[in-house]
Amino acid sequence: MIEIHNIHKAFGDKKVLDGVSGVFETGKTNLLLGASGTGKSVLLKCIVGLIKPDLGSVTFDGTYFTNNKLDIRQEIRRKIGMLFQGSALFDSMTVEENVEFPLKMLTEMSKEERRERVDFCLRRVGLEGANKKMPSEISGGMKKRVGIARAIAPNCTYLFCDEPNSGLDPQTALKIDELIKEITEEYNITTIIVTHDMNSVIEIGDKIFFLYEGKKLWEGTRDEIMDTDIKELNDFIFANRLMRDAKKVEEEEREEEREEEERRHEAEDHASAPSEATVQTQAAPQPENPEGPTATTQTGRDKV
Amino acid sequence: MLQSFGKYLLFMQSLFTRKESAKILFGRTVDEAILIGINSIIIVAIVSTFIGAVTCVQVAYNLDNAFIPRSTIGFMVREMTILELAPTITSIVLAGKVGSSIAGGLGTMQITEQVDALEVMGINSASYLVLPKVVAAILVFPMLVILAMFLSILGGYLAGTLSGELTPQEYITGIRDQFIPYNITFALIKSVVFAFLISSISSFTGYHTSGGALEVGAASTAAVTNSVIAILIGDFVLAYILL
Repeated sequence: MIEIHNIHKAFGDKKVLDGVSGVFETGKTNLLLGASGTGKSVLLKCIVGLIKPDLGSVTFDGTYFTNNKLDIRQEIRRKIGMLFQGSALFDSMTVEENVEFPLKMLTEMSKEERRERVDFCLRRVGLEGANKKMPSEISGGMKKRVGIARAIAPNCTYLFCDEPNSGLDPQTALKIDELIKEITEEYNITTIIVTHDMNSVIEIGDKIFFLYEGKKLWEGTRDEIMDTDIKELNDFIFANRLMRDAKKVEEEEREEEREEEERRHEAEDHASAPSEATVQTQAAPQPENPEGPTATTQTGRDKV
Repeated sequence: MLQSFGKYLLFMQSLFTRKESAKILFGRTVDEAILIGINSIIIVAIVSTFIGAVTCVQVAYNLDNAFIPRSTIGFMVREMTILELAPTITSIVLAGKVGSSIAGGLGTMQITEQVDALEVMGINSASYLVLPKVVAAILVFPMLVILAMFLSILGGYLAGTLSGELTPQEYITGIRDQFIPYNITFALIKSVVFAFLISSISSFTGYHTSGGALEVGAASTAAVTNSVIAILIGDFVLAYILL
């Protein structure tokens, strides 16, 4: 679990983060959602320690990170895996060397163990056979997969992804999202994803934090996000036509469901009415009733 | 200016904090030495051979006097080569080749977040990336300067003898005349200082690049310009102190 408390950050006069707090739960994909320039990436970099916040603190599983001793911060950093927006693969290394790199630097594994782990991680992200390729020889989606493999290779506890599906086609983007979700659940890690992609929110967002002008404006689940009455969030979500149409369809479906429900209730009421009458007639001596069952029911109710 | 210099000093200090293991740094230094050294041999060989040849021809042109022995041409080629041309010109050439390569490489790593990737893993990126470059340059530059000295004198020999300006015997006599071994030491000290200046200034410039491809190009240009200025200032200071 990662906790952030009252994070502030400004670059010169420009305030980028203004008192952001939150709790990112383990085993869940936590999404930092917001438009471009709202401070999502800066917040992510503050959390992993690439940028020092002006004020506020970050805690990893109860261990204070910001401004703590260097060796403690190093210890925590060695549990962090990060997928960068541009993948940030080392150009001079092959795919397998990229994945092996953190194992070589951070663990005491033998060469054989490292090779096994690299093969496992590449298989896990669906890249078996790409070991000897250079980053310049593979596609954007494959680069993201290699980035994920490199992040999980040293058994990371915390996974950070900065816009993992930017620049990818919708199908590949979905596969990357699903892969991150699977890995998060499979290894029970704390995952934080920076995104402005509503598809990611709908597909994998267990918990969503919406940032607006450096402030956390809303947090909740993906089921709750469509029903908020926060204007900025609604403006963001329904900025594109697809989402507006989806909302319209959803509202129509709800309306239909409501009407269906009402009709069902009415039908039930109708169906239950004679039986009540029957109960009444059985409970009390039945007088002659020339007006029929409805009048009998009404009379029975009045009595109750 | 003063702020940049202070930043440079802090950057140099950061190379020696949180160092990786000696084994890793040794491996990286060998890789960098190959990149800086082996890949520069051809350009150093071409430049120094022709500089030696041109020096010989120009000295011969200026010493067209019956009272001055022809062996003086060989003597002057040797002195100019060892004291100035081999260490300084070679370093200026290397500032262009190695300096721009270091700044461009680090700048690209910086803007593509590869440096951030190292930092997130808990690796001191400055130490991991820059220290091996500086050490490798300090080890390799003197070797390249020795090569440049040899080839310059050889170039002078070929130019002088093939053009008929002087005989091989006259040239070799001049080369051997009044030789001062300290001049070699002085040239090697210069090469070590220049190696440090080029590698550290270029690394500093490249490491602090931000923006995009345009900024990487600008960083490469700035690295070469600043390195050359530093070499020339260093050249004067060393000559003043050590000669």
